[in-house]
Amino acid sequence: MMEFVTQVGETITNCLAYVGALASLTCRASYYAFVGPFRGKHPRWLSAVSQATEVGVRALPILSLITFFIGLILALQSAYELRKLGALSYVASAVAISITRELGPLITAILVIGRSGSAFAAEIGTMRVTEEIDALETMAIEPVDFLMTPKFLAMIVMMPCLTMWANTMGLLGGSVFGVAQADFTWVRYMRSSLDALFLRDIVTGLIKSVMFGITITAVGCHEGFSTGAGAEEIGRSTTQAVVISIFLVIAVDLVFTALFFFAGNR
Amino acid sequence: MAESTREFAQAGAVISVRDLRVQYGEREILHGINFDVERSQTLVILGGSGSGKSTLLRTLVGLEKPSAGQIWMKGQDIAAISRAEMDEIRKKIGMSFQGGALFGSMTVGENVALPLREHTELEDSTIEIIVRLKLDQVGLAGFEDYMPSELSGGMKKRAAVARALAMDPEILFFDEPSAGLDPIIAAGIDHLILQLKKAFHMTVIVVTHELSSAFLIADRMVLIDKGNIVEIGTTEEMRSSRHPRVRQFLDRVAEPEVSQELDYLQMLTEDNRGAGRMAGWRRGA
Repeated sequence: MMEFVTQVGETITNCLAYVGALASLTCRASYYAFVGPFRGKHPRWLSAVSQATEVGVRALPILSLITFFIGLILALQSAYELRKLGALSYVASAVAISITRELGPLITAILVIGRSGSAFAAEIGTMRVTEEIDALETMAIEPVDFLMTPKFLAMIVMMPCLTMWANTMGLLGGSVFGVAQADFTWVRYMRSSLDALFLRDIVTGLIKSVMFGITITAVGCHEGFSTGAGAEEIGRSTTQAVVISIFLVIAVDLVFTALFFFAGNR
Repeated sequence: MAESTREFAQAGAVISVRDLRVQYGEREILHGINFDVERSQTLVILGGSGSGKSTLLRTLVGLEKPSAGQIWMKGQDIAAISRAEMDEIRKKIGMSFQGGALFGSMTVGENVALPLREHTELEDSTIEIIVRLKLDQVGLAGFEDYMPSELSGGMKKRAAVARALAMDPEILFFDEPSAGLDPIIAAGIDHLILQLKKAFHMTVIVVTHELSSAFLIADRMVLIDKGNIVEIGTTEEMRSSRHPRVRQFLDRVAEPEVSQELDYLQMLTEDNRGAGRMAGWRRGA
């Protein structure tokens, strides 16, 4: 029994320490991103732009396809229930609200974890193994500044953009069903989608997406920096980065959804 | 306090190491190391695998923190200074890593230019000229636009030396310069080190276990075994040393055969041989 309690305690402490490490890494990256340039450090705009292309622009085709399908699926699923109530015309608002408030940001985050979070961990992990991180340090270049800051900047800018795009594609997907099966015209479908939405629905989704972006960057880079010696360690940290990011993104999602829920009720 | 300890540092020495101890967790890797390196001198740190020689080098460039002792470099004890102060010193040193540690996502030219872009306000055209000059010095003229993956092992190492030279360092560190290279290429790297020393009067510190290359480039040598300095002196002094460990190392005598399984287990557990491996673990933690 005692052993069990000790183990639980140890696990909790480890988890807190991990979150603390992520927070301190994020603080350092944001310091280099926003304060550093005013203290004579070189801003990292150029590499941030190339990172943004990598995490953002290159993700567009696959993201479009996935969210389009998700929109369509959502429309089908909600129509199944709504039809029984004879409320098929509510398909538009059901899809619009669930996409913008929840699925748009979440699907985007999961896709970005798979594409970029894992890549961050693998890239930095490889650099750790081949002593490139040590080389940066001996050249008096701060690795967090050099490697993480551009990724951090790229993510906090691109995540909301990708999410907006995902929302649009989701609505489009839903509208295909609406037009084909629920007697909507394109214009009417879009209008009733927009009528159902409040600005708050979209903004809360975007705020969440920024938080997801920060989480993904922190976990990916942290796993990369803490990679041990050997090639198999790179695989391990990449897997870890994906698993932990997915978990933490869901956790952050829960926290913020609850926050918005209770803040909205007052 | 700083004044009194500074007297420990030998006058004229570029680097003075005093009672240096390094620990990974509970395990002590270096047990009180003392030596000096004078200006324009080449010091070769010899030692077997797991002797602590790589740890010593990493500590000298500030990648590991000593648990006790001092390292005087340019009048400052780098064991006790802040990161910002250490970075100022690091701009005056160059380090060539075992595998080159070139950044794979940048061309060779960009690799060499990186420290200049980060630490100086030089024009791009000036940086370009410096890069060409440095690559020329290491015999890689015209390779600016190659990616590191397109270079052979020896060329990678030369490119890494060019990058280490970019900021015109006063002290140059080499980690196993000839490891993994064929004898001819390795001889080329030795030749390069000698050239740099002759042309720029650089202070060079080399960690290696290659005896032939060590005797070729060294002014002075240090033999490290199990985290202690066994012998220190000029190449002649080293050759004529009677210390059994030095003789064993120089004459390449194998460790006595371990016949009994129990003895072997004892050797594994009592020996400090695992030190190098511990280093890996600790970095992984």
